[in-house]
Amino acid sequence: MSTIVGIDLGTTNSLVAYMDGKEPKVIADREGRTLVPSVISVDDQSWIVGEQARQRLITHPKTTVYSVKRLMGKGLADVGEECKYFPVFLSEKQPGVIQVEMGKYRLTPPELSALILKEVKQRAEEFLGSAVTQAVVTVPAYFNDSQRQATKDAGRIAGLDVLRIVNEPTAACLAYGLQKKKQGVIAVYDLGGGTFDISILKVKEGIFEVLSTNGNTHLGGDDLDQRLMEWVLREIEQEFGLDLQKNAESIQQIRLEVEKAKRRLSGEDLTEIVIPIKTGAVYRRPLKRVELESLVNDLIDLTIGPCRQALGDAHLSPQDIDEVVLVGGSTRMPLVRRTVQEIFHQEPHCEINPDEVVALGAAVQADILAGGIQNMLLLDVTPLSLGIETMGGGMSVLIPRNSTLPTNAKELFTTFADGQRSVDIHVYQGERELVKDNRSLSKFQFRDLDPLPAGMPRIEVNFTIDANGILQVGAKDLRSGKEQSVEVKPSYGLSDEDVTRMIEESFTFAKSDMDARSLIEARNEAATILRHTERALKQGEPLIEPEERNRIQEQITALKKAMEGDNHRLIREWIDQLDKATIHLAERLMDSTLQIGLKDKKLSELP
Amino acid sequence: MLGEKDSFAKSLCWNCHSEVGGEYFCDRCIKIQPAPSQFDYFQRFGLPRHLTIDLQDLERRFHELSRKFHPDFFQRGSDQEKAISLENSALLNTAYRTLRDPILRVGYLICLEEGAVKDIPAKAPPDLLEEILELQETLEEYKQVGETASKKRTDLRKVLLAEQERIGSKEMVFEKELFSLFEEWDRMQDQRLLEKDGQQAHRRSLLQRMKDLLSARTYLRTVLQDMNEGLREHHP
Repeated sequence: MSTIVGIDLGTTNSLVAYMDGKEPKVIADREGRTLVPSVISVDDQSWIVGEQARQRLITHPKTTVYSVKRLMGKGLADVGEECKYFPVFLSEKQPGVIQVEMGKYRLTPPELSALILKEVKQRAEEFLGSAVTQAVVTVPAYFNDSQRQATKDAGRIAGLDVLRIVNEPTAACLAYGLQKKKQGVIAVYDLGGGTFDISILKVKEGIFEVLSTNGNTHLGGDDLDQRLMEWVLREIEQEFGLDLQKNAESIQQIRLEVEKAKRRLSGEDLTEIVIPIKTGAVYRRPLKRVELESLVNDLIDLTIGPCRQALGDAHLSPQDIDEVVLVGGSTRMPLVRRTVQEIFHQEPHCEINPDEVVALGAAVQADILAGGIQNMLLLDVTPLSLGIETMGGGMSVLIPRNSTLPTNAKELFTTFADGQRSVDIHVYQGERELVKDNRSLSKFQFRDLDPLPAGMPRIEVNFTIDANGILQVGAKDLRSGKEQSVEVKPSYGLSDEDVTRMIEESFTFAKSDMDARSLIEARNEAATILRHTERALKQGEPLIEPEERNRIQEQITALKKAMEGDNHRLIREWIDQLDKATIHLAERLMDSTLQIGLKDKKLSELP
Repeated sequence: MLGEKDSFAKSLCWNCHSEVGGEYFCDRCIKIQPAPSQFDYFQRFGLPRHLTIDLQDLERRFHELSRKFHPDFFQRGSDQEKAISLENSALLNTAYRTLRDPILRVGYLICLEEGAVKDIPAKAPPDLLEEILELQETLEEYKQVGETASKKRTDLRKVLLAEQERIGSKEMVFEKELFSLFEEWDRMQDQRLLEKDGQQAHRRSLLQRMKDLLSARTYLRTVLQDMNEGLREHHP
């Protein structure tokens, strides 16, 4: 059976891990790098993902996109401030679905994430030496239904069967539980590139039971970078009178530089930000750790509320927490560690690399699903309450937040008018009293009801949130006992037809990717053969008839012409032709070199 | 209502069509079976319909059943097995959520006993009705005076904070009284087997008392929530 891999599809970096016997391991590339930067770039030929794409952030800002995870399952209205400095243009494909414009391509966030998934899938396949078709993919615990669905769609588009969506903090806890044998009540504080999660778990005899979870899906390292970047932009404007806000290249350059400075300040007290400016001037600024901390303090403080809420929901006080575990790159910041310590009154732990621990946990969950590990079981919860709209726009909660998954609720519906043939139900997620303040998930329409007087039909709707945290809805006509047909209109995200089409398109993309690669290879080969032929022609000119020389010259011209086009097959064709045309010349050259070589040697020295 | 368990019709295994002897798995082919739809939350855990529950024991049973049903363990099973495991697991989780919380537990029990499907409505306790109406007027007045500090505002706030404490302690009283009836209920459940005369009347009155206490408590909670919000939002 092929391996089920665990994938951490992160805002900044993505990783893939697998179970090597009883140990989860992260898969590295040939250079030993485990992180795949979650950056996607396109040139006129093909898609570039990972480290190479990251290097194009400054050189090709208009066709390179990062932090796509922040756009997953969202509409344009949901992303304001946080994407202010996005170098690529964002528009809306349809209400509730963002599309990213990169050169001539327009891609939705799930399609872009699919490119990252394909990259890590390929990495895993190369390493394992077999096809990878199934995966466990992690998401922030506080992701709503649309964001989870978008992640699942990304998997499908990438040709991966996503067997399970696992919450990142719980995945981390699985890794700790397996490798460090942690037990008791554990709080996982996860501050990543774009999202913050807090989960409180009770770990007992192999059962990992999540008691509560909370978070903020608009808070992470990116926001700290943006804060620091805006500060640098202001300084540059004051010092050089330059407004770089609209300059995409400079924005990316500054963003990457301040990010590096921020990282350095986790280990040092003082660093220097150096940014060469196009005019030839250089912006230099020493930055103390305390300065950085005062700049971003209020952002880190935003994590306190969710932690308190999670404790309250679990009916626990900080003293009840046995251990606090840190996850996510941003938890390397001393300020973050101090904040965590203040909240939980204890020193947090991070024995496992906070960048890798989530992927490791995903691999553990994959092994559980594969039937490998049998004594461990993760019981996760739904982060947000699920409800329906009642008369007057109120929210009637059917499934409260922090309900253990899977879970379901049954509700009876009927008609208001005589002969009504369909019933609409609007489902929301969130904690507010009115549906308008909550997140619209989907509209369900139950159709083909028998025409009956008002109030007579009895439709029992079963709302199930599965172990992935994704809503499934089924309905039954209680009068006839028949399953009721349901039409689903997601408020955010792609329809099933969209995804199917994208899978097809991704094959076309894959084909054009392959064509592009073949073209490059063919051109390289043609260039080599031309170089050799031209040198041979120079050396061997006296050895052949002018007629033969002209024939070869014709072939060279033909191949050069083919190289200008983009048909790799045609180039190969002319390479073959030229190869054949030069056989005689090559033979004559061989003979002559042999003679030259022999001339100065004695017979006895010959082999 | 007695001996519910015995009265269930034996169902046939969806897979091998033999009579299902075991509770959740077929004796013969060991395939997972849907939990009998008549099972109430107590029966799902193999517990009597008691209001006092040992939470550690409940958790142990919950973990044990989770290990049997959870979809993780049926990942490689047929679609039918996956569907059954999902349904069983979902119901188990809902049952656990309900039973581990004493308030949800007693509410569920009352609905179960009275055959009602819907939640128990919140109702103002008659002797507090007047006080609460007055209180709500004060709260409105407080919201009206606006954000700026004034003597009137400070006074209103003082009144509200005192009321908040009073209502809060009243709520606790209701809750305590409600919990004190748990044992009485459990005792009666045990004695029911003897089917003494007058049991039915006692049973009905006990249920009614619990229901009234629960309604009153829920009502006071909503009042308290409103007050909390009002005091928080309009805090200078």
